[in-house]
Amino acid sequence: MNPAPLVALVGNPNAGKSALFNALTGARQKVGNYPGVTVERHAGRLALADGRPVELLDLPGTYSLDPSSPDEAVTRDVLLGKQAGERLPDAIVVVVDAANLDNHLRFTLQLIALGLPMVVALNMFDLAERDGLVLDPEALERELGVPVVPTVAVRRRGLDALKERLAEVISPGARTLREGHGVPHDITVLQRRARQIALAATVSETAVRRWTHRIDAVALHPVAGPVLLFGLMFVMFQAVFAWSEAPIGWIEGLMAWLGEQAGALIPAGWLHSLVVDGVIAGVGAVVVFLPQILILFAFILTLEASGYMVRAAFLMDRLMASVGLSGRAFIPLLSSFACAVPGIMATRTIADDKDRLTTILIAPLMTCSARWPVYTMVIGAFFPNRQVLPFVGLQGLVAFGLLITGILGALAAALILRRTVTRGATSGFMMEMPKYQWPQPRDLLLGLAQRAEVFLKRAGSIILVTTIVLWALLSFPKAPDGQSQVEYSIAGRIGSAIEVVVAPIGFNRDISLALLPAMSAREVAVAAIGTVYAIDDPEGDAGQETIREKLQSRWSLATALAFLVWFVFAPQCISTIAVTRRETNGWKWPAFMVGYLFALAYAGAGITYWTAVALGLG
Amino acid sequence: MNLPAPSRVPLNALPRMGAGVVASVDWHALTEPEARRLRELGLDEGVEVELLRPSGLMGGPVACRIGRMIVALRRHVAGAIHVAPTAG
Ligand SMILES: Nc1nc2c(ncn2[C@@H]2O[C@H](COP(=O)(O)OP(=O)(O)OP(=O)(O)O)[C@@H](O)[C@H]2O)c(=O)[nH]1
Ligand SMILES: [Mg+2]
Repeated sequence: MNPAPLVALVGNPNAGKSALFNALTGARQKVGNYPGVTVERHAGRLALADGRPVELLDLPGTYSLDPSSPDEAVTRDVLLGKQAGERLPDAIVVVVDAANLDNHLRFTLQLIALGLPMVVALNMFDLAERDGLVLDPEALERELGVPVVPTVAVRRRGLDALKERLAEVISPGARTLREGHGVPHDITVLQRRARQIALAATVSETAVRRWTHRIDAVALHPVAGPVLLFGLMFVMFQAVFAWSEAPIGWIEGLMAWLGEQAGALIPAGWLHSLVVDGVIAGVGAVVVFLPQILILFAFILTLEASGYMVRAAFLMDRLMASVGLSGRAFIPLLSSFACAVPGIMATRTIADDKDRLTTILIAPLMTCSARWPVYTMVIGAFFPNRQVLPFVGLQGLVAFGLLITGILGALAAALILRRTVTRGATSGFMMEMPKYQWPQPRDLLLGLAQRAEVFLKRAGSIILVTTIVLWALLSFPKAPDGQSQVEYSIAGRIGSAIEVVVAPIGFNRDISLALLPAMSAREVAVAAIGTVYAIDDPEGDAGQETIREKLQSRWSLATALAFLVWFVFAPQCISTIAVTRRETNGWKWPAFMVGYLFALAYAGAGITYWTAVALGLG
Repeated sequence: MNLPAPSRVPLNALPRMGAGVVASVDWHALTEPEARRLRELGLDEGVEVELLRPSGLMGGPVACRIGRMIVALRRHVAGAIHVAPTAG
């Protein structure tokens, strides 16, 4: 049997390829209102009107067939059939922004010259209308000589017509590739032709009020712009604390109830301990932070969907340039507030190698969502939840301080790296700024649901497994009467060895026990401490309240601060290390990253501890 | 025969919200990748441009409109774009 025809979605960055891909296949690829959202190929399936199945590819956006960054190279390779393990597409759907035809048609002309069967999706038709443009798709079709279908990917408009036209152009053996002979690479010639065609396809244009310019007058203002950016970050961190209190309480209640039920149901013994002390006290201690993670993601997803990301990059460019990077690198870094793994993948949009490498190396310093459970556990225990100013809570302020510490650390690291191991030419900053859009509520909710799923899956897999292993290592061998089970156990002995190294920076036994398992994921530190305390105190119930009280009684403020600073810097995340290995093709750079970050963490935590002790907080 | 040259200014010397038509681009002042990306963003002689946000005291990037697109450029790149300002 022949494989299903392969159809690739191609076009300029931010044309709506992924939105169209999702609409056509029911997939949930990431969509965002800035160039460079998609950085690798994704495949999906769709059925044409006549029932024929088609394999659809979503590709990174690019401006031409001459790539300038690794993500763009993927698109070229797929289109020219040079991608390893990938067949040549049988047809392409060129996605163009109807409100920006002058520019998007240039790449279309280049693609037409490739000779593959194709359909043009005249996407964002609604935005063209909003801009006062009246377009004539039929005129465009005549000028280009290929089928043109108006679409609005986010409202699922034009999909049926698109599938119909696609069915017409896909016929076996119809494809010919002319790369090397007929494909024009002279951008200027193509651009001029594109402008003529755009003009011919435009029926009329009425000037309208452009919201984008008005918003930019503030968002890019030399003074108001940075204030707004700083304010957004600040509000985000305040909101994560302020809005999450009640829902966290509910989940805590649920976990306590689960602990009681399970405790009553399972007879005393090792299974009882595994479920109550290991799974519920450990994993439960992490799951309660779901509301915070969702609030954080709601902010990040809104920023990504609105078009603000490139404005933030614009505002940061001057500062980034002073440490040898560019504003472009700020976008992966901002994504790293969610998680460093997609952040590191997003560096594929950076053209210069050394620039990209530096960005990868500093991405783990951004306050990712996995740090929130750790920060909240410790901040919640040591800093009262009170207002220091109207609308400014102390806890959010401390978390914001940790964010700033991470960013300053990242800038300093970049400055040094760019003068030593990643020295190279300074890269430029040249980026298209998308029009602002209202985030699509549906996309936002889907995105949040996806994040909740990822978070719970993590809790149910990596965090659960590490916690169970830790529970086993903490539970055996059984301590003789009168001795502490935790200290007598295998884990306790490993912990004692680690404690020798970290005692100088104020870390106690509990922390030493948590550090090693937390290499799998930062949240495990919380689960580990929950489990340690549950095993230490078989009478206690498995609630956050008790962890908080225990922290207060066993840790000094100096230790708590040192622990927080440790987690600002330490590369406690196996996935980050793995993705760094993949993106840099080897172990050299991940090893370097782990080394320098641990050194920073040790120094940072030490300085914090010694200073705090000197100030009498020990 | 030379007509009295219409006054040409670098893009980053336009007043804020000042518009003009690209008269010439000093491609040699740019690196090859810069020049290519600038062309890919639609910059060409005869295209209408508008300075939306000048570079500022710190020498940061500029934001400008090229045709229908808003684009962020570093200052030296904007300086290589020579514009014949439109009256108004
Ligand atoms: N109004 C409107 N917005 C759209 C339409 N299609 C996509 N969008 C929005 O445009 C933005 C870009 O969409 P994406 O699908 O991420 O674009 P892309 O082409 O995949 O972008 P890259 O992956 O960066 O190349 C998102 O904010 C979408 O919600 C449309 O037809 N109308
Ligand atoms: Mg995409």
